Order: sequence, then structure tokens, then C-alpha cells
Amino acid sequence: MEILVLLKQTFDTEAKVTVKDGRILDDDATLVINPYDEYAVEEGLKLREAGGGTVTVVSVGGDRVEEALRRALAMGADEAALIEAPAGADEFTTASLLAAWARGKQFDIVLAGNVSVDTGAGQTALRFAEAMNLPHAAAALKLEVAGNKATVHRDAEGDTEVVEVPLPALITAQQGLNEPRYPSVPGIMKAKRKSIARVGAAELGVDAPARTEVTSVFQAQQNRRNTIIKGSPAEQAKQLTELLRGEAKVI
Amino acid sequence: MARNVLVLAEIRNGALRPVSFECIAAGRTVAEGGTVTAALIGEGAGFADDLIHRGADKVVTVTGDGLESYTPDGWVGALQSVCLELKPDVVFLGHTGIGRDLAPRFAMRNTAGMVSDVTDLKLEGDQILFTRPVYAGKAFVTQIVKQGLIVATIRPNNLAALPVDSVRSGNVSEMAAPALDLRTVIKEIVRNTAGGVDLTSAKIVVSGGRGVKSAEGFKPLRELAVVLGAAVGASRAAADAGYCDYAMQVGQTGKTVTPDLYIACGISGAIQHLAGMSASKVIVAINKDPEAPIFKVADYGIVGDLFEVVPLLTQEFKTLLGR
Ligand SMILES: Cc1cc2nc3c(=O)[nH]c(=O)nc-3n(C[C@H](O)[C@H](O)[C@H](O)COP(=O)(O)OP(=O)(O)OC[C@H]3O[C@@H](n4cnc5c(N)ncnc54)[C@H](O)[C@@H]3O)c2cc1C
Ligand SMILES: Nc1ncnc2c1ncn2[C@@H]1O[C@H](COP(=O)(O)O)[C@@H](O)[C@H]1O
Repeated sequence: MEILVLLKQTFDTEAKVTVKDGRILDDDATLVINPYDEYAVEEGLKLREAGGGTVTVVSVGGDRVEEALRRALAMGADEAALIEAPAGADEFTTASLLAAWARGKQFDIVLAGNVSVDTGAGQTALRFAEAMNLPHAAAALKLEVAGNKATVHRDAEGDTEVVEVPLPALITAQQGLNEPRYPSVPGIMKAKRKSIARVGAAELGVDAPARTEVTSVFQAQQNRRNTIIKGSPAEQAKQLTELLRGEAKVI
Repeated sequence: MARNVLVLAEIRNGALRPVSFECIAAGRTVAEGGTVTAALIGEGAGFADDLIHRGADKVVTVTGDGLESYTPDGWVGALQSVCLELKPDVVFLGHTGIGRDLAPRFAMRNTAGMVSDVTDLKLEGDQILFTRPVYAGKAFVTQIVKQGLIVATIRPNNLAALPVDSVRSGNVSEMAAPALDLRTVIKEIVRNTAGGVDLTSAKIVVSGGRGVKSAEGFKPLRELAVVLGAAVGASRAAADAGYCDYAMQVGQTGKTVTPDLYIACGISGAIQHLAGMSASKVIVAINKDPEAPIFKVADYGIVGDLFEVVPLLTQEFKTLLGR
């Protein structure tokens, strides 16, 4: 089975986010595989272990993305490709580049993340499916492949929808799909020797300038009161009700 | 600059979702003399008047084989048919399960730009300036669509709906969607939904975390919710531990809520939980650990045992509200 994983490198959201001069300072931030994409990699490896084939990971991004691809290789992926991101790329651009790269290649299943935790867009993978004319099932909690179809248990606002989709198809991962493995030491050694294919955006002959533009970035203004209410539990309860009515005016 | 706006209206549990009214109101803001049309796919012709009373000029109902329940192929196709007919400049959808699944494909089919999870919008010159959270709510961006069709999904409970105007009238029409090959087939829907007040549109949410310790531990929270007319939410840890349904989970992998009041009981305040509730207007935290990170985002904090504090709160609210 030929398995493709769309992988994005993101900012570790546990980290502190600082906005300066209208941009997020992430030059020194720890970058990780987008957590949902890590589930996608793991699921790809499990499918390969069950039915053979290869797992290819592909990403659109800058030089630093090599680290994320290398980690996926260390987890066990067979091949990796890095497509250079043009300046100002948005989800339309990225999906168009991924589709141009994938066109003509044979994949039985494409796995991706449900959403990237930095931009929270949740667009790129589904746009890719549309561009490739693939059916999709998003937010998978469970995936079973039999013959040329996949059965997916997907999260639909807390309900579970069981859907069947013919392959090739795109499936996006939700938390709960699996527990991603840690790269093993031999895996890390092996990954070091693998080469990552580099693809220039121009080579793909794609003309997909961003449709959207971010015009400003600003830090969330919390302005929370941070009032700790003291006293006995009964006093605390009484004070809180009074504050919610009088000061906060939400009751 | 007049813009024609198309809104996908959604029905859930036999009623229009409030976010559909919020999308219509957003449509009115950006239409500037253009027409706001609401589309109902599969069912719901009976809801047309409600949409018009909330500000829509026109309603289109689209019917066709297999459109009664949502599938990506069926609904993207149906919305595309409406779009080809009406040629809108802007399409708004709720940032709901359906909106998130449908909008990116629909945008791509039209090589359109899309802004996800919009919490605010305004007009600036010739542009619609959208505001949306990034980095799990730690920062915000403003974003525009530079050219072509504008697609946006709107986060429930952030934009105000227009009041009901029951004398408003409008045009209601029907459309038949072309027969389509529905590749993704729904086999079964397992409802994990606890019922009660809809979490994503509730004005008050009472949430429990691992600190509630058991399924029974949610009982005092439910009692408080009844008195407040609130929905009950949960952390991932509470759902994972089987104390409640996943349908109640708030956070990055669960629901995003923006109520006027969010009461977090026995929840530590992990970033993935905050992603789903940090935009709430007022946040209350009840936790026995004074160091719990949830206190950093709270307006009011009570360091204490939720099993002691919550029933007392219920009593106080009963007295205050005369319930
Ligand atoms: C990719 C990913 C996605 C995730 N998505 C989500 C998500 O959508 N939503 C989500 O919530 N989490 C999510 N998580 C999990 C998240 O990281 C935390 O593990 C989770 O939010 C913790 O839940 P909690 O606060 O209930 O539990 P804990 O962190 O265990 O906190 C329990 C709290 O209860 C307090 N407590 C205990 N007893 C009492 C008492 N009697 N009275 C008062 N307080 C008491 C304790 O002091 C403690 O602070 C995600 C994680 C990952 C990796
Ligand atoms: N630059 C990228 N390169 C490869 N895959 C991506 C990229 N951006 C997004 N994706 C995929 O699309 C999913 C959704 O991303 P997003 O639209 O950014 O929320 C991610 O989880 C990835 O699987």
C-alpha cells in the first residue's frame, strides 16, 4: 500500500507566544511536527506494518522543516520530500503545491492532520483532497482498511460518525486515533542516512498566489481580573455570586 | 461596495443553529446594499421564514437524492449549484462540524481564499477585515481575502445575531441539486450527545475536569447548570476517564465555546483546554491547587474543594435568581 502523509512543522503551542513588531517571534522557538500530523504518521506506519508498502512524508516549508521530516523518517517513514514554500503562501498556495507534487504519483491513501495548532485553519488537507478529486473523511478516531475501502470512525462534534470511503482517499487524524511512537535509536541512525528530496516551487509549475493576507498580528488581550476569593466555602460562594451579578454583570 | 452574500444555514436537532443567524447578521454587515441569501440543504423548507425574520433577503432550499444528511460530496455539490446560480461575492458558514468539513473543499473548488474560525469582522475601506485566533488563542490576527470569492467560517457565539423582525418578508425558492456520486457514505451515527443545552451556543457553561473524580461527580455540576440554564462541559481528561461523554469535551480537539460565563471545576487549565474556552467573557475557576494554571486566565478564582463549593454556589444562585 502506498501511503502519503501531509506533514506540517509547527510552533510548540505549550511555548510562550510573543508578538513583536506585528509578528510572532518564533525564530528560536522549538518547532515540532504538528501533533495531529504525528498521529497521521503513526497511522501510516501501522498501515504499512499490517499490509506492506511505503510511507512517504511531504511538507511545504522552509529549511528548518527538514528536522520534522527527519523525525518522521526516524519514526519509520520510508521517504520524505520538502517543497520550498513561496513567501506569503496561504492554505490555497500550500494545497496547490502539494497537489501539483502528488499528481501523477500513485497513492492508495493520504493521511493528514485535522488542523494545525499554530494557525488553526483546518483547510490545507481538505483543499488538497478537492484539488486531487479524492473523497475524504476528516477527524478520524479509528481507521480500518479492507480491500479498496476504508471505514472511518470520525468525530462529528462529539458524536461518532462511521463512514465508508473508497480508496484512494484522504483521511485526517483527530486526537485519539493512536499513540505516536518515539523514534528508536536505530531509527534515528537510519534516518540520518536517508536523503530528503528537495523540490523548488517553480519546478512544479504552479501559479497559486495566496488568496488571503494576514494584515496584523496581536497578542490576546486577556485583561482578566485574576481575583482570588477568600473566606470559608460559604463566604466564597456568596461573594462569587455577588461579583458575577454586580461587577461582572453576567448573571 | 455592494456584495451579495450566501449563508449556509444549518439545522441541528430540529432547530436552526444560532450560528446561522449570526452568519446572516455578518452578511448584513458586509452586504452594503447587496442581497443576503440563506441556503438550506436537504431539509428545512419550514425554517425559511425564521431566516428571513433574522435578516435574510432570500432563502433557497436545495433538495436532491442523499442530501437529507451531510456528506462532503453531496453538500459541497449542492452549495456549488447554489453558488453557480447566485454568483455570490461572499459565502459565510458556521465554524461547526459541517462548516469545517465543507468550507475548505468548497473554497478550493472555487479557487477561493478562506478565513477559518472568525471571531469578529468589520469593514475597512473596500475590504472585509476578519479577526481570528491563532496559537490556541494566545494571539489574534486580522486577515483579508485579497481577490475573488470570499469564504469564511464564523465561530458560534461571537457575533451578535439580529433581533427577530416578524414583519420582514422575503423570497423563498427551491432548487434541485444535480445527482452526484456520494463517495463518502455514512453508515452509522453514534450519538454521544448528552442532550440539554447546546454547548457551543450556551450563554453559561459549567465544566468539570479530572477533579470531579467520577461520573457521579458531575451531579453537583449538573445541578448548578440547571439553576443557571447552563450547558455542562468537560475537559479531555474527564472524557478519557469515562466520567462523561466526549460530546461534552471543550478544547482543541473538542468544542470551542465562547459563553458569557465559563465555570471551570477541577480543571487544571492545559493549553489544549484553554484553546476551547479562553475567549469566554468571564471565567471562574474552582480548583484545590492554588498553583493550577487555570487561575492565570480566570477572572474569579476559588481555591477549594469543588464538592464543597459547587453545591453552596447552587444554593446562592437559587436564592439570587429565585429558582
Ligand atoms: C493533541 C492534544 C489535544 C488535546 N485536546 C484537548 C481538548 O480538546 N480538551 C482538553 O480539555 N484537553 C485536551 N488535551 C489534554 C490536555 O493536555 C490535558 O491533559 C487535559 O486538559 C487535562 O484535563 P484536567 O484539567 O481535567 O485534568 P488534570 O490536569 O488532571 O487536572 C485536574 C485538576 O483538578 C483539580 N482537583 C482535583 N480534585 C479537586 C477537587 N476536589 N476540587 C477542586 N479541584 C480539584 C486538581 O488540582 C487539578 O488541577 C489534549 C492533549 C493533546 C496532546
Ligand atoms: N505546509 C504544509 N505542508 C504539508 N502539509 C500541510 C502543510 N500545511 C498544512 N498541511 C496539512 O494540512 C493539515 C491542516 O492544516 P491547516 O490547514 O494548516 O490547519 C495539517 O495537519 C497537515 O496535515
